[in-house]
Amino acid sequence: MKGYASLVKPYILWMSLFIVVPMLLIVLYAFTEHGNALMAFRFTLGNFMRFFDPVFIKVLFKSLEVAIITTILCIIIGYPIAYVISNASERAQTLLILLITLPMWINMLVRTYAWISILSDGGILNSIFQFFGLAPIKMMYTDFAVMLGMVYNFLPFMIISIYTVLAKLDRALIHASHDLGANPLQTFLRVVLPLSMPGVISGITLVFLPAVSTFVIPKFLGGGQYMLIGNLIENQFITVGEWNFGSAISLIMAVIIMGSMILTRKIDRDASDTTSVEGGKLW
Amino acid sequence: MRKLIEFQNIVKSFNDSLVLKGINLSIHENEFVTLLGPSGCGKTTLLRILGGFISQNEGHVYFDDIEISNVPPYKREINTVFQRYALFPHMNVFDNVAFGLRIKKQDKTTIEQKVKKMLKLVNLEGYEDRPVTLLSGGQQQRVAIARALVNEPMVLLLDEPLGALDLKLRKEMQIELKKIQQEVGITFIYVTHDQEEALTMSDTIVVMNAGEIQQIGTPTDIYNEPENRFVADFIGESNILEGVMLEDYKVKFDDQVFECIDYGFEDNLEVDIVLRPEDIDIVPIEMGRIKGVIKSSLFKGVHFEVVVETPYREWIIHTTDKVEVDKEVGLHFFPEDIHIMYKMGTY
Repeated sequence: MKGYASLVKPYILWMSLFIVVPMLLIVLYAFTEHGNALMAFRFTLGNFMRFFDPVFIKVLFKSLEVAIITTILCIIIGYPIAYVISNASERAQTLLILLITLPMWINMLVRTYAWISILSDGGILNSIFQFFGLAPIKMMYTDFAVMLGMVYNFLPFMIISIYTVLAKLDRALIHASHDLGANPLQTFLRVVLPLSMPGVISGITLVFLPAVSTFVIPKFLGGGQYMLIGNLIENQFITVGEWNFGSAISLIMAVIIMGSMILTRKIDRDASDTTSVEGGKLW
Repeated sequence: MRKLIEFQNIVKSFNDSLVLKGINLSIHENEFVTLLGPSGCGKTTLLRILGGFISQNEGHVYFDDIEISNVPPYKREINTVFQRYALFPHMNVFDNVAFGLRIKKQDKTTIEQKVKKMLKLVNLEGYEDRPVTLLSGGQQQRVAIARALVNEPMVLLLDEPLGALDLKLRKEMQIELKKIQQEVGITFIYVTHDQEEALTMSDTIVVMNAGEIQQIGTPTDIYNEPENRFVADFIGESNILEGVMLEDYKVKFDDQVFECIDYGFEDNLEVDIVLRPEDIDIVPIEMGRIKGVIKSSLFKGVHFEVVVETPYREWIIHTTDKVEVDKEVGLHFFPEDIHIMYKMGTY
């Protein structure tokens, strides 16, 4: 066994070259600015100060808002789906999970383009509306389109992570709850839901993280004017060429994401503590 | 005693395999009934039908003379101690036990009193705030019993509740369970494949095999008067032989005629005969009714398990005396030690 351990070495080298070094470069860029010819870099906090402009702060809050709403929608839509799948027969479960994950086999960019042809003014949906004599509705480049794209893209992560926990749930616990007089709703609220919270928490992580920093979906479905933090960073690197400022925003985002993860975990832990001490009062 | 539960012709099959082949059984108030049989005999299935977790294909279940086949489990006045306890892992001991009372919306002080009292009964005072995941197997077992009993059910179902415990703990819990049952005075229906457990605790044992009831009786009945070869073989060790019932009080086996106390069989009927190992004595060769050679002697703690070989068979004998291997000896038993049974399928 020990011989195999050395097999990990090239991977560590790869990781440090292409993950750790770039990250360090981002930190370096974030804290510096282009100086004169003699000193290539000069230390500064200016990049961070620049971010505290009402325009950028507004973008930040818009991003958080979109990500939070996306996450909540994914829980509301994803939980019942995961619940139904976990209660289906074993064969149906395999099939349904396959169907849920199937879209993920196709590139996200392609899928987002597909939504454009569905939602655009002369698109599939509006053609159907017209066929029934309804007035066309403007859907592209609205909050609705962005939210739809977000939920569509990230929902599978929520479903899968909740499903994984629900599928492992011991059926005997549900029987025990019925046995003790709890009807199906009470059983769900007092046993199934609290025990599936770890799945919801990891689902939140899996949805919120990419949702808060995505730039593809707002770019294509929200249009050029739809500015989220991901687009802002992309612009700084690709269009404006302000690598220092772009790096600073990336770092700020990293800190916010880390903070929200710590908060989520803390809430999760507190919740399970409360249930064990206070006796299911939380639910 | 009043009849509390009645199974009428219960048939159940899973994917074309027949698990219960028409079970008829009555269970009374305050009775400790054990469903005993090898795994796959249908005993747990019968218990689950009573708990309401699965439904039968045919037949009726009556509880207090009311058909309950269509009553969901949460409306039945029955509580269950599950095979692997099924305690709620996100709750502590108190909350697990209080679960049923909270569902019934009893007030806080009543719940507290009842839970405390129940934890005292199962010897878990002071464990209220412990997370159940940190308890030992035996303690979890007690929580499971308390959680079920606190609801004051009319019937408690126990599905091999001691299966996961070690031998010593199992014996302790057997005694404790019997004590608890006598204290709370309700019907216990206990499922096990352990014949010793069944003999120790039960008022009535229901021996099952392959989806059918083989015999219903008190532990002494089942042990001393097994109705057929299966029961005799399953309950304790026995010498089971084939013979012919020549006439009342006369049975022939191993080419010898023996006096016995059984009667009422057809003359010259082929029968199965049971001789319990502890009922046979090893005596000097001239005093024996059967002669043989001691083949082996195994020390088993309280007794020796001796194998004696005769031209016809090997006999298993339990004796507290030490015997010499290879010695020729006689075997002696009394007419009342011979137990005659109908061959399976002929009665």
